Amino acid sequence: MKTTKLLSTQHMVTLAVALAALAFAPAMLKTYGLYLLSLWLVYVIAAMGLNLTVGYAGLKSLCHAGFMGVGAYTVAIMMKAGFSFWLASPTAIVICFILGLLIGFPALRVQLHYLGFATLGFNLLLVLFFRNEEWLTGGTFGIQNIKRPEFMGIALESNTNFYYLVLAITIIFAVLLALLLRSPWGRAFAALRDNAIRAESTGVNITAYTLMSFAIGAAYAGVAGALFAPLVNFIEPAPFGISNSLLFLMMVVIGGSGRFYGPVLGAAIALLLPEYLRFLKDWYLAVFGFAAVAMMIWLPGGLLSMKEAWQLSRAKREAKQKELEQAGGAA
Amino acid sequence: MSILSVHDIKKSYGAIQAVDGVSFDVKPGEILGVIGPNGSGKTTLFNSILGQIRPDSGKVEFEGVDISGNSPLEMSRLGIGRTFQNLQVFGKLSLRDNLIVAAQEHHGTFWGRMFAKPDNGLAERAQEMLDLFRLNHVADLPAGSLSYGQQKLVDIAMAFMPAPRLVLLDEPCAGVNPSLVDGLRELLIELNKKQGGSFVVIEHNMDFVMKLCHRVVCMVEGKVLAVGKPEEIQGNRAVLEAYLGN
Amino acid sequence: MTDFLQLLLSGVATGAIYAMAALGFTLLWQAAGTINFAQGEFVMLPAFAMLIGMSFGLPLWASFIVAVVLSILVLGAAFKKWIVDPMRGTGVVAVVVATLGLSIGLKSFVKAAYSAEPHPFPSIFSDEVFKLAGVTISYSDVGALVFAGLMVLGLQTFLNKTITGRAMQAVAQNTFSAEALGINVKRMIFYTFAINAILVAVTALLITPTYLAKFDMGDNIGLKAFFAAIIGGFNNSRGALLGGVLVGVLENLAGAYLSPAYKDGVALVLFLAVILVKPDGLLGTPQERKV
Repeated sequence: MKTTKLLSTQHMVTLAVALAALAFAPAMLKTYGLYLLSLWLVYVIAAMGLNLTVGYAGLKSLCHAGFMGVGAYTVAIMMKAGFSFWLASPTAIVICFILGLLIGFPALRVQLHYLGFATLGFNLLLVLFFRNEEWLTGGTFGIQNIKRPEFMGIALESNTNFYYLVLAITIIFAVLLALLLRSPWGRAFAALRDNAIRAESTGVNITAYTLMSFAIGAAYAGVAGALFAPLVNFIEPAPFGISNSLLFLMMVVIGGSGRFYGPVLGAAIALLLPEYLRFLKDWYLAVFGFAAVAMMIWLPGGLLSMKEAWQLSRAKREAKQKELEQAGGAA
Repeated sequence: MSILSVHDIKKSYGAIQAVDGVSFDVKPGEILGVIGPNGSGKTTLFNSILGQIRPDSGKVEFEGVDISGNSPLEMSRLGIGRTFQNLQVFGKLSLRDNLIVAAQEHHGTFWGRMFAKPDNGLAERAQEMLDLFRLNHVADLPAGSLSYGQQKLVDIAMAFMPAPRLVLLDEPCAGVNPSLVDGLRELLIELNKKQGGSFVVIEHNMDFVMKLCHRVVCMVEGKVLAVGKPEEIQGNRAVLEAYLGN
Repeated sequence: MTDFLQLLLSGVATGAIYAMAALGFTLLWQAAGTINFAQGEFVMLPAFAMLIGMSFGLPLWASFIVAVVLSILVLGAAFKKWIVDPMRGTGVVAVVVATLGLSIGLKSFVKAAYSAEPHPFPSIFSDEVFKLAGVTISYSDVGALVFAGLMVLGLQTFLNKTITGRAMQAVAQNTFSAEALGINVKRMIFYTFAINAILVAVTALLITPTYLAKFDMGDNIGLKAFFAAIIGGFNNSRGALLGGVLVGVLENLAGAYLSPAYKDGVALVLFLAVILVKPDGLLGTPQERKV
């Protein structure tokens, strides 16, 4: 019987080093750098959720930024009404979870390709709602002055303290996701993705797992949104629209869809690229878009699949060479 | 009492009557073969029984309970398994995981499984299957990377993982190396004895069918031509004509 | 009542234009298995091509022809050769991301290279109106309806009555058999892309006067094209026309009688309603789940 260790030594060491680096980051970064790092972590949480829906369960969700918006607005509105952040965030998560379930229902009736459109449309509807219902969301003016919470007496107002909060929550939710994927649910999601029809005939309830992958993915976006609001202090409809939903999808795919650390890499690229490509100014987004196209053509498995893609092409080259040698020998 | 009763199943595709009033029974513990020339409606019959397709008319009873129109999911829950004519395995999962997932949903509750052990207690049973099918050496490779014949065995093993009381096998020998066909037949006989379930097997390999099955149904053009023991069917003129033409 | 009829008519006219974009989208899916999330931008580009042509002094009709030619070359041939063909067999999510990336890239490219501002665009129809039985009708609505209607019906005839058209349909239904029958599959697929290129150019010509030429005009049109195509039935070209007209009409009516702010959401709601009741679209033929 084969016994598998939980994580390889190499994996544990890399993880430990990374976490240590993240823990000491505030000492080495200035305000803007720390803000970027916090934002990256927020994106990682959102992207992890989308990775579950798209990467592990194989469904197309193009509404993720919308869910994040629901999370952000819920927290902002509740905090403005006087509720504590620690009540508002779980509420935001639950609301997003339920919304995810609701959106999952059409997913079941609809053939696979239509799902992308349906979710795109939902995102559009959400943005319209954010923009039109001024009495609730502040409309295009948004909601301002969202305070950062306190935790057990410690004020998290400062960028450093809030960063540690975001880091802690990211780690917690990453661990939860890892545990979920390790459980039988993880296998069921993969079966759903690889061959839904076969999965159903072996007893996998694809209805239930589809809904759950949507709901959990949406809940993660809700967590991200809940942290996003106090991080940026002011929210308005723009960041929660279709283009950012596409961005989240790209984060997942470029990092490596269905790979656990894909979102980490994808979010980093999505966030850092604009910074490094600042010199491109207006052209940045155009370059990003076309780069995404190029990437899908040459490396559809995402960046984390580079090693395998290289190995595969090397194996093919070697096989070709063998063929030629044998043909040469036979001739 | 029959474990499976099929009553007058009819299914047409436009002008083509694929299945035209097929009825038969399967006894508990029996291995029933279904033979017939290509296009005689065998796979359509399977799909109609198992809920992948809705038949136009007819009834199917499993252990006395009407299961006509049940979804594949419900069929699985009742203890009915199947293999597919065009291979259906979970390509990206390892072989071992393929086996585990084939049975994991039958143990525990939906929510309970979120917190269950990764293998949901099925590691031993999966190992049993791996030993029986002699697939240990490729157990941890992604199923999609295995050879066709190996994937075929995985497909069959998956059907048996949840210890179903009835299994429908659609052309288990197709694409399998001829030298392995005997081994496969013996495997099925052993599984039949060990687990005591009933099998219905569609096959073209006559030798395989005649040596494996207790009874055989011969279908031609959507209808049942003859039912009987293998010797009876082999000697049946009508059956021979159906295969060889006039 | 006259208001209602006016809304109905202009809705049908707008819908017919949506139908063209929807039709191109459907054809690409049927014949080439390509879900083109950049279809909206494919409408936006010819619009800007025409703008640029006119800024060089070309009259509208000449700019249009140039736009059609460029469209066939770039949105037809180049798109197929450099993006769609290399991605065959890569899986749907990759194609989705690729066309989404293309959509973002094209939008931003135009925004950066040309301008972020909306630009007026001349209509080929006069903006006068006339009255018929008390209802005010604009020439441009009638013109758009006739033009778009002719294009769609002309395309239908081409697909159903000519040899090339039927060959294209054969390829769409079963590429393998079509090849066995000696049909030049590659060329048929190329024709499909070329036809889509023409359709989007005509859509641009008819719709830009109303929407104004802006780098993000594709967002709206693209989404409506998708929904219209699916509402009508993704595997049926007549469905695109029906879907487009339904979206156009209901949008107008909802915008006037319910809420102008949520007008753009009507297409989605209609889409969901149809999908839940008739998953294959209104005119679509049911596709059996293959085992």
